[in-house]
Amino acid sequence: MSEVMDYPSRLSDIKSRKFGTFSYLPELTEEEIRKQVEYIVSKGWNPAIEHTEPENAGLHYWYMWKLPMFGETDVDKIMAELEECRKANPNHHIKLIGYDNINQTQGIAIVVYRGTPPETVMCADRLQPRF
Amino acid sequence: MAKKFEAGVKEYKETYWEPDYTPKDSDILACFKVVPQPGVPREEAAAAVAAESSTGTWTTVWTDLLTDLDYYKGRAYAIEDVPGDDEAFYAFVAYPMGLFEEASVVNVFTSIVGNVFGFKAVRSLRLEDVRFPLWFVATNPGPPHGIYVERDKLDKYGRALLGCTIKPKLGLSAKNYGRAIYEALRGGLDFTKDDENVNSQPFMRWRDRFLFAQEAISKAEAETGERKGHYLNVTAPTVEEMFKRAEFAKEIGSRIIMSDYLTLGWAAHTSLSKWCRDNGLLLHVHRAMHAVIDRHPRHGINFRVLAKLLRLIGGDHLHSGTVVGKLEGDREATLGWIDLLRDRYVKEDRSRGIFFDQDWGQMPGVLPVASGGIHVWHMPALVTIFGDNAVLQFGGGTLGHPWGNAAGAAANRVALEACVQARNEGRELEKEGKDILTKAAKHSPELKMAMETWKEIKFEFETVDKLDVAHR
Repeated sequence: MSEVMDYPSRLSDIKSRKFGTFSYLPELTEEEIRKQVEYIVSKGWNPAIEHTEPENAGLHYWYMWKLPMFGETDVDKIMAELEECRKANPNHHIKLIGYDNINQTQGIAIVVYRGTPPETVMCADRLQPRF
Repeated sequence: MAKKFEAGVKEYKETYWEPDYTPKDSDILACFKVVPQPGVPREEAAAAVAAESSTGTWTTVWTDLLTDLDYYKGRAYAIEDVPGDDEAFYAFVAYPMGLFEEASVVNVFTSIVGNVFGFKAVRSLRLEDVRFPLWFVATNPGPPHGIYVERDKLDKYGRALLGCTIKPKLGLSAKNYGRAIYEALRGGLDFTKDDENVNSQPFMRWRDRFLFAQEAISKAEAETGERKGHYLNVTAPTVEEMFKRAEFAKEIGSRIIMSDYLTLGWAAHTSLSKWCRDNGLLLHVHRAMHAVIDRHPRHGINFRVLAKLLRLIGGDHLHSGTVVGKLEGDREATLGWIDLLRDRYVKEDRSRGIFFDQDWGQMPGVLPVASGGIHVWHMPALVTIFGDNAVLQFGGGTLGHPWGNAAGAAANRVALEACVQARNEGRELEKEGKDILTKAAKHSPELKMAMETWKEIKFEFETVDKLDVAHR
């Protein structure tokens, strides 16, 4: 069985937590982030930025960074906002969103900068089954 | 002007063939593929179909004169050749709105695919498409939540969702079954699924399965920080039993349940669909028995009609065929009915087998589910065909991974995300798929192993039910 690899995810390891689309890929490079921003612009979606402490990534509502950039099509400006948000919140996950107002959804929502989680241990107590 | 009663048998076309009729926006329109008995002219066969599926019977009756049959009758209003088939033709029939009960798909289909399908004047008959007018659409419940509400509830955007049917489909104990669920979900899938055959057999009663599944989901959610679900199949022998199971699923906190809308029956399914909206549970819909009805190219009901019907009575997911996997499915036809499941307005498009414009008004869409014989190598094609609004289900393609379900799940998730990233960057997935997956596998040993395991598997049989576009 030595050739079978273990799957290393752990309840006790906060680094096992994922955070949506692209969280199973390596962190994006600047060039790759830019391409996703270009995709949002090409789709006519409204770019937006959200951020959160990594330990709270599972909640629906993260902190909004200012307001969504309605109608913004300048990729450099959007990249600059991402950078500004990261500087202000260096330990946070920073999410890039493309709001698709026609379908009332987010056409894209990806964490582009990954924050540093504090060391915490989750215990299984709250997962006790009901039988 | 009042008419006189004349007993006897009239030719159907005298009453039911109206080539000059202009269909009304409120009419229900149907396109049938008809193979008449030898010697029966097309107009007569088309009129017979219109008659037998609406007000007509084999002889005139005096009570015909007590009503306004000119209003209530269905009319055959057009006939077309079927490309590639000399014997068959398309008959277009318009039915007035007064023929049908509001919000009753059961009533509509009891009429238009009722006795007429056993009618002697036609050798075979297939319902190819139905145009549901907006008044009828709006009286039906529609999907309990719809695609975008589901995305919000699950907090998943910009990619297809990933699922997996737990196998072996029969024979596992509830606890071992829950283990298989947990492993698949912790590896990165969004959903796992009860096989349709799993109801409440002696080897695994439903209550045990629900509880072990829910513990598996809870741990996988806590471990990954993502929302997940298992389609708890509440298909049951009676409606009372179905609701008992649905209520229990809700009580233990399940996000989603499942039904089989053809074997369960449309009335029972519609009740369950309404219950799901009232109680906030998503509804995954399987289609066991569909191929009995939709596979034969000359008889039965095309799946696009069964898909439209399901959108009307409600479901959040519906199995649609994969195009690329082990199960039947013509690519263009599949693209047609996944549009019919998801879009607000679908234009007539014969190249996709769509015979009518269909306006869905404000009715939400259904996520098509691609399931059956697919694995990581199919991912570039699946992302191209289905886009983001779909559930891609890898059963064997998850559970068959040499390192187990979690690794299989992770391989699928990495492959999906790599394909989405590449697509967003403007790359052509079906051309560059191998490069994209190979690059992604460099940082994912699970994906690398999956690619080595399944490289050679293909299913390349001819489709039995093809679109009628063949040139002779």
